[in-house]
Amino acid sequence: MSTDGEVLLAAQAVAKHFGGVKALRDVSLTIRRGEIYGLIGPNGAGKTTFFNCMTGLYVPDGGGFVFDGAPLKADAPHQAAERGIARTFQNIRLFGNMTALDNVMVGRHVRTEAGIFGAVFRGRAARDEEAAIRRRAEELLHYVGVADRAEDLAKNLSYGDQRRLEIARALATEPKLLCLDEPAAGMNGAETEELRVLIEGIRADGVTILLIEHDVKLVMGLCDRVAVLDYGALVIEDVPSVVQHDPRVIEAYIGVAA
Amino acid sequence: MNPLLGALPVRKTIVYVLAAAALLILPFVAALGGQAWVRIVDFAILYVFLALGLNIVVGFAGLLDLGYIAFYAVGAYLWALLASPHFGLHLPFWVILPLGAIVACFFGVLLGAPTLKLRGDYLAIVTLGFGEIVRIFMNNLNAPINITNGPQGITLIDPVAIGDFKFSTVSTLFGITFSGPQKYYYLLLVLVVGVIIINIRLQHSRIGRAWQAIREDEIAAKAIGINTRNMKLLAFAMGASFGGIAGGIFAAMQGFVSPESFSLIESIMILAMVVLGGMGHIPGVILGAVLLTVLPEALRYAVVPVQKAVFGEVLADPESLRMLIFGLALVLVMRFKPAGLWPSPDRRRELAEKSR
Repeated sequence: MSTDGEVLLAAQAVAKHFGGVKALRDVSLTIRRGEIYGLIGPNGAGKTTFFNCMTGLYVPDGGGFVFDGAPLKADAPHQAAERGIARTFQNIRLFGNMTALDNVMVGRHVRTEAGIFGAVFRGRAARDEEAAIRRRAEELLHYVGVADRAEDLAKNLSYGDQRRLEIARALATEPKLLCLDEPAAGMNGAETEELRVLIEGIRADGVTILLIEHDVKLVMGLCDRVAVLDYGALVIEDVPSVVQHDPRVIEAYIGVAA
Repeated sequence: MNPLLGALPVRKTIVYVLAAAALLILPFVAALGGQAWVRIVDFAILYVFLALGLNIVVGFAGLLDLGYIAFYAVGAYLWALLASPHFGLHLPFWVILPLGAIVACFFGVLLGAPTLKLRGDYLAIVTLGFGEIVRIFMNNLNAPINITNGPQGITLIDPVAIGDFKFSTVSTLFGITFSGPQKYYYLLLVLVVGVIIINIRLQHSRIGRAWQAIREDEIAAKAIGINTRNMKLLAFAMGASFGGIAGGIFAAMQGFVSPESFSLIESIMILAMVVLGGMGHIPGVILGAVLLTVLPEALRYAVVPVQKAVFGEVLADPESLRMLIFGLALVLVMRFKPAGLWPSPDRRRELAEKSR
């Protein structure tokens, strides 16, 4: 894909420490509109911390993010979603006792507005909105391929279906940037392939994707550009073919030759 | 296919009509056992109202609130102060009830705001403290300026009245004689139907889903853009307003309020109604409230005669035995039906799937 697209998200010297541990050391990177951007690194490199800072779950100790032309407010996760950043979680966080359909319907929250009075009096506008929410949620369930489990409780879905459902819920917020935290973790080869097709489809629909992943093959095959984090610092940010052969990346993953 | 499927709506209508008819004649059936039973039924409905209010906070949003009775107290005292000789004010009910809802709502936000970051047991402790603070205030606000009349409480509170039609006295309408408690019954019935409709509609709405999401996983709820702070405050405020309205009716019905009526055990009872019935499931909560109000009263009447019949004499003090049986019943229900007596279909389906 294009390597000269407009910048959607710019991280500017983002720093985060937990006590003495420097989880992120002045990480700066840019994600361009329409690309699939991979973020890789060994365990504990700070990938998820980076995600959490970006989506407002953590407040960075330094630096910040510019998203879609304006700074992102720290410590305001619901505003990140409102601005157009959606995410999934490394350890799936669905609303387990809600049905699959309800999980996606609640994802429409940020793009809808019925309040207490709408809920209680059910005027025309509220009813129409509710019907639209349901329709869109059903479409999204179809899109990710779990439509046949719509009425099942989320926690009773298979692992792969839960991953897909979480993506559907994130898509329901109409994101500009979809952040997937290790979506292929625990999946077999066939499931990973299905996931790859799904992610490419989402990108084709115009959503930019940030992918944290351990499956190097998936990342290298799917991503337009890749950033490598090690010990909280950015090692390299480039196209996969360059990243793959960079000695610093090899060192980060395998260690230095004796 | 199943022949019942087509007939279901008709059957449903018949059930509804029968239930409505039963509810309409209930106060006259109860009156056969004396007006005391009509009052018990009145209180059962009042507690249904309260439990459904608390259900918004605990059942829908998952916020464990042990100080719910405080809002009931606020509503009750507001009515007592604005419609009694205490200050010489006698405002009509259509002013006081909405005002009670608004003031209780304000107190709900007041309690909610500092507790937003707390969950589960921590939240329970803070709300418990809040409930006690309100009660102790009511107990002590008689000096230096006498506002609440302290532990003596406020007496001679005005009943609910529409024009000259008072709900406290016997009156004859359409050739039928209604006692005071019977009239309150119909008033409460109207209010409780209202709160049931509000509960059902809230549950299946954008707001209700957001509450459920917060209950299930607050971090995920934030991540999909739910403003958890506002949604929690909204739950506290809604629950509190219902508590305030119930409190007002309570004050008017009793004609007397004192801090004693708003002790911690009352909060716990209302919470027990919600949990015992089936948290978040409206029919379950109604069942829980009715059982927990009527059962202790029924035991009060049964304990002495049963002992006399079995042992020939009264061995155990009726009051303590009654609470013992009651407590035992609660323990047994929680042991064998942990999701409540009448849990939501989701929970039932869950169990069915496990056993499949």
